[in-house]
Amino acid sequence: MKYAGLLVMPAGFFLALAALALFPEPGPRAAFVLCGLAVEGMGLVVAVRGHMLPRGASRP
Amino acid sequence: MNPIPPMIPAPVPAMSDAAFALTLGLLLLAPMAIAGVALINTGLGRSRSAAQALLGNLALIAVTVIVFAFIGASFAGSLGSKDLVLHVAGKPWSVLGLGPFLLRGLGAAAPQAQLAVLFEFLAVAMMVLLPWGSGADRWRLSAGCATAAVLAAIVFPLTAHWIWAGGWLESMGANFSLGAGFVDGGGAATVHVIGGLTALCVVWIAGPRRGKFPKEGLSTAMPGHDATYVLFGCLLALVGWLAWNAAGAILWLHAPLSAIPGTAINTLLSASGALAATFSVTRIRFGKPDASLCANGWLAGLVASSACAAFAYPVEALFVGAVAGIFTPLLVEVLELALSIDDPTGAITVHGVAGLWGLVAAGVFAPQPGQLLAQLVGIAALLGFVFPLIYLLLFLLNRLVPFRVDPDGERMGMDLHELGGGAYPEFVIHRDESYR
Repeated sequence: MKYAGLLVMPAGFFLALAALALFPEPGPRAAFVLCGLAVEGMGLVVAVRGHMLPRGASRP
Repeated sequence: MNPIPPMIPAPVPAMSDAAFALTLGLLLLAPMAIAGVALINTGLGRSRSAAQALLGNLALIAVTVIVFAFIGASFAGSLGSKDLVLHVAGKPWSVLGLGPFLLRGLGAAAPQAQLAVLFEFLAVAMMVLLPWGSGADRWRLSAGCATAAVLAAIVFPLTAHWIWAGGWLESMGANFSLGAGFVDGGGAATVHVIGGLTALCVVWIAGPRRGKFPKEGLSTAMPGHDATYVLFGCLLALVGWLAWNAAGAILWLHAPLSAIPGTAINTLLSASGALAATFSVTRIRFGKPDASLCANGWLAGLVASSACAAFAYPVEALFVGAVAGIFTPLLVEVLELALSIDDPTGAITVHGVAGLWGLVAAGVFAPQPGQLLAQLVGIAALLGFVFPLIYLLLFLLNRLVPFRVDPDGERMGMDLHELGGGAYPEFVIHRDESYR
C-alpha cells in the first residue's frame, strides 16, 4: 500500500500526456487531462493512507 | 491588469539595458526571501536544534549552489546550445537541457541568459530549504546536504528546463495552442511545489519526531521556539518575494517594465488577503489569532501569488491570497491530526498546496484561452512524474545516508548531537517530557 499509490501516480501523468498527443479537440483533451489528475489523486490518497502511522508508533 | 502576450518560442526578444539593470537589481534583493525562510525554519523548530537548523540552511545552500554550478545548470539548459528533444505526434518535446557543464560559456552568453541562470541559482537555493524545515529536530545535516545535492543535480534542473528554458511544458502554447504554455513567473512550481512535495517525502521517510503521536489522545503540541524569528522572517520574505515575482515576470513572462508595479502590488495584496483570512480563521477557531499559523498564512499568500501576480487583476490577487489563507490553517491541522504527518514548518501546505493553488489560479485568471488546461497538464506532470521521482531518489538516498538521527541524538537535541554546542548556552533547554 505504501508504494502502490506512488506507482499509480505516473499512470495519471501518462494519461495527461496522451491527451496532448492524441486529442486535438479541446473537449476530449480536457476530459483526458482531468482523468489523469483524478488517477493521480487516487494514487496520492493511497500513498497517504499507506504512510499513516498506527497510533503510538512514534512513542519512545 | 497586465495581460501577457502568448509565450514566444525561442529566440526571445532581446532585453533592453534598462530591463537588464532592473532585473539584476531585483535578483540581488531576492535572497531576502531565502533569509526569511531560513529564519522561519529555525524559529519553528525547537531551541535545542536551533543552531543546527540555521547552520543547515547555510550548508544546504552551499551544497546546492556548487552542485547546480557543476551539473544542474547544464541540464536546466538556460545557457542554450542544445536540448534533448523527442518527437511525438509530430511535435518537438524538449525534455532535458544539454548545455555545457561547469557553467562554461556563461560570460559569453546573452545578458538575458545570464540573468536566467542567476534566477535559477536563487530558485534552487530557496527550494532546498523548504524540506529542511519539515525535517526539523530529526533530519541529519549530512542527509539534508545529500538531499540538496540530488535535488540540485536532477530534480530542479529537469523541472526548470520544462517550465523556464524552452521545455515541453513552456512550449505547450506554441505546440498545442494551450494559452501561453505553462506559466510560472515566480517559481510557484519549480520552487514551492517541488519543495513542498520534497518536504512530504522527507517527513514520510524520516518519520515523526519522537513523542509526537502518543498512544492515546491527540498529537503532542511541539510549538516553535521563537515566534520573533518566524514573524520577522515573514517580513524579510515579503521583500524578497516582491523582487522575485517582479524579476520572474520580466525574465520568464517577458512582461514590460510598466507591468512591474502591478506585479508588486498583487504580491502584496495576495499576502495581505492571506494573513487577514488566516487571522480570522484562527480567531474563530481558537478564540485568539495564532501567530505561527498566521505566519504560515502570510507565506502561503506569497507562494500563491508567485504564479499569477504578473497578470492578475488586484481583486483577483486578493482572492487568491484569501483562499490560501483560509485553507492553510485548516490543512495544517488535518495533516497533523488526521494523517499523522509531522511537518513543523507546515511546508507541505504552505509551499506545496498553496503553490498548486497559485498555479490553478494562474490558469483561471490568465487572459489566454486554454491556459487553465496548460496549468493542469503542468500540475499533472509535477504530481504524476516529479513527485514519485523525488520519493524514489530520497528512498534510495536514505539507504546510503540515513535521514533520521539516532534516538539518543534526538533526545539530546540536534545542536549537541551534531554540533557539540547549543544555540542558547545560557538558557535551560526543555526536554521532551516538558511537553506532556
